[in-house]
Amino acid sequence: MRSVFVGAIRRGAPAVIIAAVAVPPILIDGYALSVAINVAQYGVMATAWAMFSGPTRYVSLATVAFYGVGVYTAALLGGSMPWAIVLLAAALSGATLAILAGMLTLRLSGVYFVIFTFSLSELLRQIVTWYEVNVHRSVGRYVFLDVAPAHIYSQLLGLLALLLALAWLLRRSRMGLALRIIGADLVVANHIGIDTAKVRVLLFAFSAIFMSTAGAIIAPRWTYVDPAIAFSQTISFEVLIMALFGGVQLLFGPLIGVASLCLVFEYLSIQFPDQLIAFLGLIYLLIVYVMPSGIVPACSAVGQVLALREKAVA
Amino acid sequence: MKRTALLLAISFAIAGFSGSSGQGAENKIRVGWAISKTGSNSIAVATSLLPNYRMWVNDINAAGGLSLKNGRRALVEVVEYDDRSNSEEAVRAIERLITQDKVDIVLPPLGTALNLAVAPTLAKYGYPFLGVTATTDLAPELVKRWPNAFFFIGTGSQYGEGLLTLLEQERKSGELGNKVAMIYAADAFGVDLSMAARKLMARYGFDLVYDKSYPVGIRDMVPILSEIKDRAPDIFLCFSYPPDTLLVTDQAIIAGFNPKVFYTGVGTQYPAYRQRFGHNIDGVMGPGGIDADNSEIQRYFRRINETSGGDTDRFAAPVVYVGLQVLQQAIEHVGSIDRSAIIQDMKTAHFATIFGDVTLGDQQLAKRWLVGQWQDGEFKGIAPADVNGANKPVIPKPAWK
Amino acid sequence: MELMFAGLALGGLYALLAMGLTLQYGVARILNLAYGIFVIAAAFGAYVAKVQLGISPIVALLFSLPLGFGLGWALYSLLLLPLVRRTRAGPQLDIDSLLATFGLMFVIEGALLWIFGGNFYSYSYLSHPVYIAGTPVEANRLVVILVALALTLLLHVGMNRTRLGLAVRAVEVDPATAVLAGIDARTISALVFGVGGAVVAVSGVIISMFLPFSVSMATEFLMKALLVVVMGGLGSISGCLLAGMTLGFGETIVARFIDPGLTLAVNFGLFIVVLSVRPAGIFGRTV
Repeated sequence: MRSVFVGAIRRGAPAVIIAAVAVPPILIDGYALSVAINVAQYGVMATAWAMFSGPTRYVSLATVAFYGVGVYTAALLGGSMPWAIVLLAAALSGATLAILAGMLTLRLSGVYFVIFTFSLSELLRQIVTWYEVNVHRSVGRYVFLDVAPAHIYSQLLGLLALLLALAWLLRRSRMGLALRIIGADLVVANHIGIDTAKVRVLLFAFSAIFMSTAGAIIAPRWTYVDPAIAFSQTISFEVLIMALFGGVQLLFGPLIGVASLCLVFEYLSIQFPDQLIAFLGLIYLLIVYVMPSGIVPACSAVGQVLALREKAVA
Repeated sequence: MKRTALLLAISFAIAGFSGSSGQGAENKIRVGWAISKTGSNSIAVATSLLPNYRMWVNDINAAGGLSLKNGRRALVEVVEYDDRSNSEEAVRAIERLITQDKVDIVLPPLGTALNLAVAPTLAKYGYPFLGVTATTDLAPELVKRWPNAFFFIGTGSQYGEGLLTLLEQERKSGELGNKVAMIYAADAFGVDLSMAARKLMARYGFDLVYDKSYPVGIRDMVPILSEIKDRAPDIFLCFSYPPDTLLVTDQAIIAGFNPKVFYTGVGTQYPAYRQRFGHNIDGVMGPGGIDADNSEIQRYFRRINETSGGDTDRFAAPVVYVGLQVLQQAIEHVGSIDRSAIIQDMKTAHFATIFGDVTLGDQQLAKRWLVGQWQDGEFKGIAPADVNGANKPVIPKPAWK
Repeated sequence: MELMFAGLALGGLYALLAMGLTLQYGVARILNLAYGIFVIAAAFGAYVAKVQLGISPIVALLFSLPLGFGLGWALYSLLLLPLVRRTRAGPQLDIDSLLATFGLMFVIEGALLWIFGGNFYSYSYLSHPVYIAGTPVEANRLVVILVALALTLLLHVGMNRTRLGLAVRAVEVDPATAVLAGIDARTISALVFGVGGAVVAVSGVIISMFLPFSVSMATEFLMKALLVVVMGGLGSISGCLLAGMTLGFGETIVARFIDPGLTLAVNFGLFIVVLSVRPAGIFGRTV
């Protein structure tokens, strides 16, 4: 009975996602489109985050560092280059940064890695600010690209589809196996001849590419970009919580987390605009204390109880 | 089965979002705003923006509502969201206000960044956009791009020009020496101001002996002040934000650094500044100012004290209120919520405000105080000198006590 | 001279901020992200005491000690102990406690916003100059330096010269073996969380004396504390003082001789350099 339920969720997940996330961009407009863009943006980042942090168990708060780099690439090059080149440049700069950061953090573990990635975002913000003020002589940049919201949404959906496909392939590849061994036991992984350092850095870069591309895609939406906007730490934490809420072990877990939490946040900000932040806190606590391994496993636990009850009735 | 249940739950949740919207009754006008109740903008929102919005709505409703065509009156109903000082949240909240809550009028968020982020959306739906706290040098170009946009508070360069014009006059009259030390917060308003000031200083032949930026969130100014003090400038300009304004003043007093002109940025005009330093700040200059002898202005500050339970600032707050007065009168001129007619009216009509009779030629408010100075416990406007009620600057400033 | 006091005061402030956090982590292995908001809460407490009740901040400081201790102790026993039990203090505890304390931070932030709003607050106390060898130093900044030094000394002696300190260090080194010596790691952890809470309260009250503060500044204080703690080596009191001073002097020197615009960047730059060279911090044991 339990497996039926979990199976339903596993098989049903893609369908639900498509229903909840991938509403064809031509069908929606205005507010619904805004919500969809938000879900798609966080969907890309949470899935990319889980791709690295899920198997390796390294909790990264550098999400916004990559995202911000993407935003700035778009702000810098958006006016003068073809859009495809801009996206490519964003992906490349994200990957470069991730490889550098990855090599610096090879010897760090646990909480040290968390705080290192956290400071990396902050360091970038300070350096970009200093550069903008002293060289560019203005903190903000104006991004006047007439990209329709629907167009932004389609690009994000495309990116999400690509990411999911690659993540799916990765899980079935030799690299995916190597990763699972690293996550389970680093020492064993080293012993059986896996180049753990290389695998980790590559995967970090791979997930960074998607975060920075997402940043580049979303940048034209705001007209004005400054470092405080592009490198806002809240983004890192929200991505983390959404991915964990969905469950990082499943391919669609993070996406389910994003879709449900985005809707919950949206609902709360409408009903309780004054107490929003306190409610966010309560949701975090709820996740930690009630469903520590994510909503999908939590649901299957509920399913198990229900199944038992059915049996008892029968 | 399960899948259907989940889908049902989602559509239910979505339906819940529009639940609060309901069509406004005939005699109601829905006004919406999404502002930063939390995050980095929350200080300025709580000081300058929200007290104005609340007072405006209260006053209209206490008077029986906005007067529309055929003698109808419409009470104002408010929809309020928190944008958490985040651009994407702000854009989405504005979309929600317009398409889900179906508000008739949207009031702006705080600060250049958020204002510019929501401007394209407001332009798309043809809502009048009150840039009451957006200080961008691009304003003249932006109004061409967005025919619904109005800018009230001026640009960083205008404040820089106003300040340097004043300093140049005082220097010519022999009150001031030549040496200037300038520091500025690495944020939009600070950088724009410093750019304009630097350019004019070169033109007028001021000697800029120190010129550095500092990051927002600095916690100690002693190293900067000690170096500046060594260079003995006549004029000290600090284009700062509220917490650093308090900090730099505090530490200048301790260091006994008392130049002839002491100018600090946003925050100088805050009630918290006076509360902290008392009469010690007499002579300190900053952007903004008020005509303290004008009875309309006096009434405004008295009212806002009564309705918000606290004082407000002498820079952005009166400008925000002027924006609200303009909007209200434009609605009443038109007599209905015909937004394109309201926008047209704002572009052409005259408005009676606490700044006197104003027009919005080129979709911008032409005149406001550019430099103010604390004199006898009030932050009085001193430049431009040709504005009605301009006070004479006190230079050199009195020594710190 | 002026610069030296500026560096000392800033360094002292950072060390003070970080001391409670490093204590809490060192023993309980829990990184308390709600730390920054507790600092702000204490600052608000001092503000209310000074402005509304007319109590001097020094008196408030004394009152804040037991209060902070009680809150820290309650936080561990009520909120965190269940997590420790569930994860059996394994690697999952890191993530769970990060999320739990982050959530707690939001809850308290929401409460403070509801009470005080988003505006910033400040009052004036001891902000007159004291002359030391002819150099004017702000009296309240002098208080920071003195309190930071005193606390370091007190905690250092407490950890190294008392029986309780011995027990605490035993838990730090190896909780499992400590049990064999009849030391209950959880009681000790709760106790240390309490002491950390008292340190938080002290730093909050002191900060309120000379910096304007608002609810939105909690993350900034948290971040500063984190940098110092990690640089110094998690759990090391003297590392804390050294790292705090390194950052304080680093900022001051860069502001004076290079460019004030880079003061905050230098914090993170120093941090990343230190961690790249010594992954466990200046005084840290290898993890």
